[in-house]
Amino acid sequence: MKRSFLFFALFVFCFSFLYSQDEKQNAKLPSVVVKTLDQKQINSNEFSNDGKPFVVCFWATWCKPCLAELSAMAELYSSLQEETGIKIYAVSIDDARTVSKVKPLINSRDWEFEVILDENSELRRAMGVNNPPHTFIIGSNGEILWQHVGYAVGDEEAMIEEYKKIAKEK
Amino acid sequence: MKKVVFAFLFLFSSFPIFSQGILGGRVTGNFQMDFQASRQDSVIGAEKINEKVLMNAFTNILYTNGDFTMGMRFEAYLNPILGFDKQYKGAGLAYRFASYKKDFLEITAGNYYEQFGNGLIFRSYEERNLGLDNAMDGLRIVARPFEGVAIKGIIGKQRYYWEDIWASDDFGLVRGLDAEISLNSLIKKMNNSPLQLILGGSFVSVYNKQDDRFVIDPISGDSYKMNMPENIGSAAARVAISYKAFNLNAEYAKKGEDPNAVNGYIFRKGEAAYITAGYSVKGFGVNVAAKRIDNMSFKSRRSETGNMLNVNYLPALTAQHTYSLFAMYPYATQVNGEMGIQADIMYKIKKKTFLGGKYGMDLKLNYSRATSLDKNMVNKNPAGNYEGTLGYESSFFKMGDELYFEEINFEVNKKLSNNYKLLLMYSYQTFNPIAIGHYGEEFVYANVFAADLTQKIGKRNSLRYELQLLFTEQNYGSWALGNWLQATMEFNLKGNFFASATDQWNYGNKVGEKVHYYNFSIGYTIGTTRIQLSYGKQREGIICIGGVCRMVPASNGLFATITSSF
Repeated sequence: MKRSFLFFALFVFCFSFLYSQDEKQNAKLPSVVVKTLDQKQINSNEFSNDGKPFVVCFWATWCKPCLAELSAMAELYSSLQEETGIKIYAVSIDDARTVSKVKPLINSRDWEFEVILDENSELRRAMGVNNPPHTFIIGSNGEILWQHVGYAVGDEEAMIEEYKKIAKEK
Repeated sequence: MKKVVFAFLFLFSSFPIFSQGILGGRVTGNFQMDFQASRQDSVIGAEKINEKVLMNAFTNILYTNGDFTMGMRFEAYLNPILGFDKQYKGAGLAYRFASYKKDFLEITAGNYYEQFGNGLIFRSYEERNLGLDNAMDGLRIVARPFEGVAIKGIIGKQRYYWEDIWASDDFGLVRGLDAEISLNSLIKKMNNSPLQLILGGSFVSVYNKQDDRFVIDPISGDSYKMNMPENIGSAAARVAISYKAFNLNAEYAKKGEDPNAVNGYIFRKGEAAYITAGYSVKGFGVNVAAKRIDNMSFKSRRSETGNMLNVNYLPALTAQHTYSLFAMYPYATQVNGEMGIQADIMYKIKKKTFLGGKYGMDLKLNYSRATSLDKNMVNKNPAGNYEGTLGYESSFFKMGDELYFEEINFEVNKKLSNNYKLLLMYSYQTFNPIAIGHYGEEFVYANVFAADLTQKIGKRNSLRYELQLLFTEQNYGSWALGNWLQATMEFNLKGNFFASATDQWNYGNKVGEKVHYYNFSIGYTIGTTRIQLSYGKQREGIICIGGVCRMVPASNGLFATITSSF
């Protein structure tokens, strides 16, 4: 048992090292069928933003830091959209217990994100998300260019800076 | 063990190839490792652990190349951290699959997760923090022949810890079919209609081998053999309608005769109905939900109780709390029968009004109530119980007399200034211990308060102050004894580093010691990697996610977690 633990640790360690060495090979947004707020099916590889990069943010109605993050981003969203053309996909991982609260919450808070329902965490698994909130910036070609886990006050500004940098490069 | 080593070597040797892109594919994944060291503490009931350190760990690795995806998850529980079933002890590849998409077909061989509708008759999923995993092992085919049409077929068996499920007849075979049609996508005339209509239906059956079970008359000694069904069938139909600001989602499910250990081997057919309706416009949202669950435990092994081998998912219709004193008394769906209702009202007070101030204010009201079914028991069998009978009769719309859980809570979210955000929350809860299987105990009534203030300091630093209070006259279990006070202070530095101190104080304990459950945590986040170290006491309790609960024993010591995605 001890040996397999050692192997495991070694393996995880070397792997993350190996992988971080290689920055050219960015992972792509996977192809998973999820739903829109109206329950219509949509494939995640159809997420797009008129040739500009976009943001994918995993959240849930019961996740306090997620709501703090989304509410901080919502405050800046409309002015930011005008300035940079940013688009945010807010992927809810609420399951059958709470998914019906997503739409009233989004509307009552007057959030303008593209809301996606990932009821059985299929997209979450495909994107390696451990726990929400988890935010990605996706390039226009569907490549994952940046990601961040958790939320602390001010993280939204860091994300926006990163977005502007990426948008400029393209 | 050798197998594990080989799997590693194989994976290892293949990384350079993948990451250099020779095969053109891409590798992604994540991992998490939890370490726990706890010492004996008789005051809080922390038991002595034989191991110095307990560890749970897993890593997912996904390889994608165009339409082909392959993945695996290695898990290790050496030994499982407190609260996880001991049967998890061990290590190995718990999950592996390959899947291929071609035209309108998607085929997955190996392990997979899937859900039909709301999951009333089929949901395969994992809730890692609860140690819950009912992954399927078998085959799944999804076909999307036209836009707006999805047909899914599944066959396989469900995970049971580390058990070789295919080697034993003990584990039932699960088969299912689901179809969903979006009429707006399928019918051209409806493409741009404001009325959106989606219909769906599914069938699921479980094959369990025949096992003999008898009812014995204690007086005459006569025995009656139960005619156990080998196939348990179920069907469900659903509809989702949305029209402008309105939306409605309803599902009805029926299950055939399924005498099992959870329902006390009765032959009554199962039934579930779940309906939610909402109305929302800018600044205002309402959602109401109702459900009826009648004899709907659906497992792929007749004798199984507990959290494993669930074929379906029956969501609890109560608020899902994250503040710990609000979650002191948990509620989980009563699979043998319950009626539940829930309502949520959300409202935003506009900016530049008296109450709204400069930034507006968000209000949320939630009410939920769960009761028993109205049951008329049938005649008992000769042995004096209900095994082998139809159990009971029940009228569909009538709520039972026994209250299981009731809660009303109110939440206010307000940005006070550029640097301060405040959240206030109040809840009144009525909890019947029967809901978690404890009979003959008195109801618990509790008033719970929380105030949570976040202060922004500079651009990227913040302080968070949290105060929670719980008032109750009742004692429940060995941990929910009288009044509680919890204070937390958390410091975040540059979005990377955090430190927090919490004291959960059972100051109103009239039975035993007024324990301080203090806890200190520090954490560091860089990109997608997060390391957290905590030291302190954890009270015994129950944590619930998505309506499924797990008992967490008391502990006193260190806890460390590393998570990362790559």
